[in-house]
Amino acid sequence: MPQLLLELFSEEIPARMQGNAARDLERMARDGLAKAGLISEGLKAFAGPRRLTLVVEGLPIAQPDVSEEVKGPRVGAPDQAMDGFLRKTGLTREALVERDGVFFGQIHKTGRPTAEIIAELVEQIVRGFAWPKSMTWGTGKLRWVRPLQRILCVFNREIVPLEIDGIVAGDLSEGHRFMAETRVFRARDFTEYEDALRGHFVILDVEERKQRILEGARTLCFARGLELVEDEGLLDEVAGLAEWPTPILGDMDPAFLDLPPEVIRTSMRTHQKYFAVRTPGTDNVGTSADKTGTLAPHFLVVANIEAPDGGKAIALGNAKVLSSRLSDARFFWSEDIKDGFEPWLKKLNGVTFHAKLGTMAERVERIVALAREIAPLVGADPDKAAEAARLAKADLTSQMVGEFPELQGVMGGYYAREFGLDPEIADAIRDHYRPQGPGDAVPTAPLSVAVALADKLDTLVGFWAINEKPTGSKDPYALRRAALGGIRIEQDANVRVELVALFERHFDRVDEQIFQAELARKQAAGGAFVLGRGKSGGTVRERELLAFFADRLKIALKDQGKRGDLVDAVFALGDDDLVRIVTRVDALSAFLASEDGTNLLQGYKRASNILKAEEKKGDLPTGAPARVAEPAEEGALYDALAANTPKLDAALAAEDFTGAMTALAALRGPVDAFFDKVLVNSEVAAERDNRLRLLQQVRDAMGRVADFSMVTG
Amino acid sequence: MTAAAKPLSFQALIMRLNQYWGDLGCVILQPHDEQVGAGTLHPATVLRALGPKSWNAAYVQPSRRPGDGRYGENPNRLQHYYQYQVILKPNPANMQDLYLGSLEAIGLDLKLHDIRFVEDDWENPTVGAWGLGWEVWCDGMEVSQYTYFQQVGGLDVFPVAGELTYGLERLAMYVFGVDNVYDLPFNDPDSPLGARSYGDVFLENERQHSEANFHGYDVEVLKRQFEDMERQVPLMLARNYQNKALVLPAYDMVLKASHLFNLMNARGAIAVAERASYIGRIRDLCKLCAQAWVDQQEDAA
Repeated sequence: MPQLLLELFSEEIPARMQGNAARDLERMARDGLAKAGLISEGLKAFAGPRRLTLVVEGLPIAQPDVSEEVKGPRVGAPDQAMDGFLRKTGLTREALVERDGVFFGQIHKTGRPTAEIIAELVEQIVRGFAWPKSMTWGTGKLRWVRPLQRILCVFNREIVPLEIDGIVAGDLSEGHRFMAETRVFRARDFTEYEDALRGHFVILDVEERKQRILEGARTLCFARGLELVEDEGLLDEVAGLAEWPTPILGDMDPAFLDLPPEVIRTSMRTHQKYFAVRTPGTDNVGTSADKTGTLAPHFLVVANIEAPDGGKAIALGNAKVLSSRLSDARFFWSEDIKDGFEPWLKKLNGVTFHAKLGTMAERVERIVALAREIAPLVGADPDKAAEAARLAKADLTSQMVGEFPELQGVMGGYYAREFGLDPEIADAIRDHYRPQGPGDAVPTAPLSVAVALADKLDTLVGFWAINEKPTGSKDPYALRRAALGGIRIEQDANVRVELVALFERHFDRVDEQIFQAELARKQAAGGAFVLGRGKSGGTVRERELLAFFADRLKIALKDQGKRGDLVDAVFALGDDDLVRIVTRVDALSAFLASEDGTNLLQGYKRASNILKAEEKKGDLPTGAPARVAEPAEEGALYDALAANTPKLDAALAAEDFTGAMTALAALRGPVDAFFDKVLVNSEVAAERDNRLRLLQQVRDAMGRVADFSMVTG
Repeated sequence: MTAAAKPLSFQALIMRLNQYWGDLGCVILQPHDEQVGAGTLHPATVLRALGPKSWNAAYVQPSRRPGDGRYGENPNRLQHYYQYQVILKPNPANMQDLYLGSLEAIGLDLKLHDIRFVEDDWENPTVGAWGLGWEVWCDGMEVSQYTYFQQVGGLDVFPVAGELTYGLERLAMYVFGVDNVYDLPFNDPDSPLGARSYGDVFLENERQHSEANFHGYDVEVLKRQFEDMERQVPLMLARNYQNKALVLPAYDMVLKASHLFNLMNARGAIAVAERASYIGRIRDLCKLCAQAWVDQQEDAA
């Protein structure tokens, strides 16, 4: 079956855009072909530094023909009607058939050749391609990510005639810029194309490029008794920067190993796109608190050519660049340790955190207060927590962090040690940004927990206070990540805190700061009179922020395989202690997985439906139920409630949620039997009222554990 | 194409580039006689990039970054250095090849060295300009900036101009394998008239200007001069000669203002909050010039 091969050959495409471009190309082609009724056997797109390629296997040579019956005039209709019909359809009088007094004709539509449709589709794709940033070049109007140089488009081994802004499609492509003997080659199908590319030193498939880099790099390292420090993100990037990726191991001046390993790795990675190399059997190359680390004095660079000297000149050139980068880093280090924390802290007054939330120094004040408050909850010393928080952001104005923003915190930790501060404080400074994403570890040392949590809660309360909440896919201040980080810290460190009250006190701090700033501004402007600060009534913001946490928690628990509806059911009780909420969810989940649990849930639903129906008719009877001897099941339910409600309350008070579930489980038999044998809607009003009172007690008892009406299934 | 033999000196490297781009048909200009922060700011680039006319030029431009002065003590950082600038409008379809040819012309063997085009979106907020292109790396070192101008002075560039900027000292250090800029051979080391290093020529210049940049200039004077320049630009543009506003002199005033701003910045006289406003003021002046220039081009066309 015929094959389509399309290549859009351009100047160098940014590495970070290649993956999405391949996916977009594949999607646009699939949708476009499907819309034209062309079904293929398979379709695959590739992206590399200079080309996007699409291959579609097994396309028909043309669209299928379609035949459709059209209804004509009635038999005996005026001639004009018949003439008009024949003109419109292009049919002849003889081709019509008569059925039930009406003429019918068959219209055949011959399918268009696939090549024609491809030509249109390619133009549509090129003109409509959604690059994150695109440009024009020369005297043309066409937009592409960088100048588009060639289009190769062949279908069934024939060139598809098409032209876009002066670029005429053909069967030509180009190989590697520097390695190929002849630059241009011809290809009429995918096999020819892929082979020719390889012969011209281009590897088409990004996965194969990555494989080549990894295997080559590991082999080079192994031969020298070293180990590659693998880095997925960097691998993706360098695989997008070379058509013929060739790993080269270079040497670094070992004298630089006295720099923190994070500095060396960051410099290698962000500035030079090198992999770091370590001595085997150690993984102490980035989280080390100790400056020596175990990086090896080498680096691995991925070049785009295999040079005749085996890459010697390339290795030397790169080593020189790395040396000058690391000399800069060493210069920053030596300048920074001349300064110390106090001058940096002063500079934080000049760093705006957010126009409405003041300077970084003001933010630090808030975090200090919050850390001091959280410290006792996590077994940390409040004064130490306050001191760690006070110093936590100081490194933002150091030269090293100015150069490598991703080393914020890490450098603060190093400098704190260098200045001889308490190691616990140094660790708290280092770890207070954590966790920075789902893959990042959560701090565990009490002091670090206090500052890390304070950092996240201040962010959340602050942006909430100025009404900068995430909407839809927009979350410019990464508040979702902050909430999730806070949740993970609280869960891991078992932080018992009633969030609403904590939020409330912190909203007060934020409001107070904003008010004072406003006051100062007005006074400076000569305003004599300033209204007092109004206190917002209630805890609306706090509850809303808690609900935001609940949503994050639901996602986090779902990721752990837990049910979102159970989180809702527990949250509905108004609890704001995340640790307790999770314990409740776990107990509830175990309970509902048991037979007692599923049955009792059905019982609850029945009780609740009856009560709801009765509520519509009028108020439910109030007061306590009486114990009746007959029917026996009604008396038994009374007894079960009387015996188990105190147990339930005691268990809840002791936060023994498994115990609470056991108490509920004891209701299951009596509830089942009650519904089985007793008619609630008795004609005797007193009987009916007593039974409704019992059911209310069942609903209330269960409602103290969770809102079972929100449990699905 | 194959690589030429290496040039013997810094000045020979510049002559090679002049020869190469001159042979291709570029106008080889001399530096603009105003103090500028980058070769881009030369009117041969900023103004000529705009309007419908084609323009191909190459030149060396001394560039001043007052804040980068290190009293001649840093081997890589200078407050006065040279950029080599090429502008091709409209950019020819084979501009990348032409660029690579220039590297061969200065003795780089492209089969031995690793040349890479790494994404770099260039922008210069003081002249309201941006474009897409790359940093060009040679063995991991950035040797050039390659940009397709999309806007200058807030106006669309059409036809598109391709711009190349070579940091000459850095490139030369690479070509000659020198670790300290002051050790670069300025002229032929075997010159019968005596070898001169880059340091012989410029070390004292770096020392004196570093001191002047950081401590010498009077901030109040700089501020006043800045405001003078700012006032003059619209006056100059309001003036006509043969029915044309005086764009070229006006643009020189913008360059002066821009350099004065850099000096104030190096003196630490500009607060973070003021910075954006100064840049905005320069950009507004530049936009006035750009618009007036384009109007003149269209009148002539």
